[in-house]
This record gives sequence, C-alpha cells and structure tokens, in this order.
Amino acid sequence: MGNLSQEEAIEGLKKLLIHNDKDEQLSKELETKIEKLISELLGTTPHDCHPVRRILGGFQSFKTNKFDVYPELFSELAEHQTPKFLVFACCDSRVSPSNILDFQPGEAFMFRNIANLVPPFNQLRYSGVGAAIEYAVVHLNVKFTFIFRCGGIDRLMELPENGSTENDFIDDWVQIGLPAKAKVKAEFGHLPLEEQKRECEKEAVNLSLTNLQTYPYVRERMARKALALRGGYYDFVEGCFKLWEVKTIITTPIRS
Amino acid sequence: MERIEHGTDLFDEMKQRFLSFKKHKYMQNLELYEKLAKDQAPKFMVIACADSRVCPSSILGFQPGEAFVVRNVANMVPPYENGPSETNAGLEFAVNSLKVENILVIGHSRCGGIRALMSMHDDVETSSLIGSWVSVGMNARVRTKAATKLLNFDQQCKHCEKESVNCSLVNLLTYPWVEEKVRNGELAIHGGYYDFVDCAFEKWTLDYKESNPIGKSGKVAVKDRAFWF
Repeated sequence: MGNLSQEEAIEGLKKLLIHNDKDEQLSKELETKIEKLISELLGTTPHDCHPVRRILGGFQSFKTNKFDVYPELFSELAEHQTPKFLVFACCDSRVSPSNILDFQPGEAFMFRNIANLVPPFNQLRYSGVGAAIEYAVVHLNVKFTFIFRCGGIDRLMELPENGSTENDFIDDWVQIGLPAKAKVKAEFGHLPLEEQKRECEKEAVNLSLTNLQTYPYVRERMARKALALRGGYYDFVEGCFKLWEVKTIITTPIRS
Repeated sequence: MERIEHGTDLFDEMKQRFLSFKKHKYMQNLELYEKLAKDQAPKFMVIACADSRVCPSSILGFQPGEAFVVRNVANMVPPYENGPSETNAGLEFAVNSLKVENILVIGHSRCGGIRALMSMHDDVETSSLIGSWVSVGMNARVRTKAATKLLNFDQQCKHCEKESVNCSLVNLLTYPWVEEKVRNGELAIHGGYYDFVDCAFEKWTLDYKESNPIGKSGKVAVKDRAFWF
C-alpha cells in the first residue's frame, strides 16, 4: 500500500463522503465513522480545553466534511436561504436541534433563547423574538414553525409568589411562562414538584404555540394553510422525542 | 446529506432523524449523555445569528455540552441600559449560573438583519419588529457609514457585519457581572465572522484594559486575530 500522507488519507476519506448516485449513498453510521476519522486525522477533538484550538478544529472539520464535499449546495446557499422551518429551541448546551434532528445548513431558521419561550405579540417589548418571527414568516416564507422543548423549566416553577426577584433579567423573561405554570398548578398541583416540572415543560410548548398565533402574520398564513405549527419535546434524560401539531377545529352548530 | 423537501413527510423525517441520532450518537456515547443528563458545564457561550446557514453546531462542530447558544436576528447583544430581553436573560444565566469561561459573538456574511439596519431611513421611526430589534446596532451603522463612504452598499453591509460584532462585544461589558469577570481574568470575550461565500472564519479577542477598551478613535481594542480558510 505504501506510505499514505495525512492529506492523501483525508482526501481519500472525503471522496467516500461524496455520493452522486442514490444507490451508492452511505449509511448514516458509516458517514459518522468517516467524519470521526477525518477529525482524528486533522487532530481535532470535541471537548478540547483550549478554546481557540477547539473552534479552529471544529471549523476545519466542517470545511473538510461538509463545505468542500457539497460545493453546489453551499454555492446556492451563499446566494440565498429558503429554510422550510422556523425553529425555537433552548440555549441549553445539550439540546442543539442540529445535533438531535440533524438540521443541515439552509434547512432551519433557528432562534435559541433561555427556556425557548415565545411571548405574545407586543410592539413595545420582546422585539428580539418578534423580529425573528417577522423575518422568518414574512421575508423567508417558512412553512413550519417548530417549538423544540427540552428540560429546564425549573426557574419558572420556582419563581417566588410574591413577585420578588434575585436576578436582573432571567425572571423577567421566564415569567412569560406563568400561564403554563398556573395551568399545571391547577391540574397537577397534587403531584410532587419534579412531576409538575415535567408537565410544565410540555405546557410551556403549548403556551408558546398559542402565543405564536397572536402574531398577525402568523395568523394570516395559518388561515390560508401556508404555515403549520408543531411542538416537540426532547427528553435528554430518557433519550426520547415527542412531536405534535396544532389543529383548529370548528365544531358543527349545536342545536337548541 | 439528507434534506427535507416535502412537508407531508415531516413527522416521518423527524422521527427517522431522531432515531438515527439516538442509534449513532446517543447510544454510542452513553457515558457522556448520562453525565450531561445530570448537569451541563459548557465552556462557551455563543451568540450567533438565527440564519439557517450559520448554526454554530454545524460550522464550529460544537458537541452536546460544549456551548450554551443564544441565536437571534443579526447576533446582537443589547446594552444593559436597554433593560430585559431574551438575549440578556441568556447572558445572565450563562455567566452567573453556568460560569462559562468564553463568550463568542459570531457575525456572518450576507446577513439580512444587518442589511435591514443599513437600509433603515435615518429619520423615520421604525414600525416593524425587525427594525426595532436591529436598531440595537445603530452605533455600528454610524461607524460604518463614516468609514466606508466610497464603497458600494454590499461592501458597506459587509463592513457593518463585523462592526456590529464589535458593537456587541462592547455592549457585553456594560453588564457589571460580565465586566467584573473579564477584569478578573475569569471570562474572555471573542468576536468571530463566518464568511459562507468563501468558507472562511475570522476570530479575534477583546483586549480588555482597565481604563477603556475603546481607543480614542472609537475602535475596539482587540488581540489574537486569526483568519482560517
């Protein structure tokens, strides 16, 4: 076989990742193993303690495994993005939707905030979230809005009843979820706090889905079926995922 | 690389992707995921744009547990005096609770939010939420317009994309608990710029000095600049 240089080995592995014919498409398992081998050859490892080395390694790995392998796709993306999804996800380091649901570049316009709450429409406050919804729905014409929930609703459930706060900004933000907390307390107040928290995580998704519909451009597009809302819940303790959708039902008239 | 084309098979596609993640990543690294289930201790907080092309997990390869990520329109950090927002709630949690050691603000090429900022009329109150939000970067727009009079609009936007990152780095220091940690050497603040046209990444670190990180010229003092392509 002879002596293979590191560059030759990387090039050889990269060629395996390029698949033009569907029949030759690699299994996901093999793709992951090849990407890992390339990272090892590049000398990049996750959880590297040195911050600059870590991000340099990550970028080199992305360029080698993705950007250079799919030039046509990235050339198209450089001109414009047409994501189908607007995704709301938590900032939690353990729940990147790109890792868990394998969103590829160009697929999802992704807003990540603490506890991934969506506040109701308000022209004076919360312009950060509002800007993301406006841009994704009106300018990018996304087809699906996906709220991707994970754990971490603790602060909401532990908010003092007297309205006092021990931090500058966190409590002001998570109190958006108070209606979800109230609902959980009313229906599940008899359960232990940990179980109430699990219920609140799901209720917070439903609250955010409801709040999304207070944005006029969301309502308008839902009415003509150009936009659909979905909720999702990733439990990273159990390693499971749930997905549900928003449907509006108008019942037949009730006769007197 | 599979991409979703049709909405009708959305549920099925999401299910397959999750099961694939569970089989090839979660089950293959059970020890890591069990440890993460108990707690997270990321070394990075990343503030990046919500743009579908610039996910930090993709372009910088962050794995579960490595980076606490805030994503908003045009990767902006409002100053402390603007009051509560989702971005500084995330900042407060990352710095005070998770005690991250690095904050990285990443700008990118062809940013729609920056373009909106540069396109705004000078004397008109904005009625859109996008306009309200990107106004946070007004200092960057003013400095850009002053420095790039001879450049075309696209070139001015590119300049503003980087200037806005610096604006955010300075805004980070308006938070007392951020400034204290930077002063004590517990927290480092970095800027980054991802150019997805040429696939290049620039990175720099804020050079904090006791007196004032902004020089008399109004520029942010930086160090350790690197350019990867």
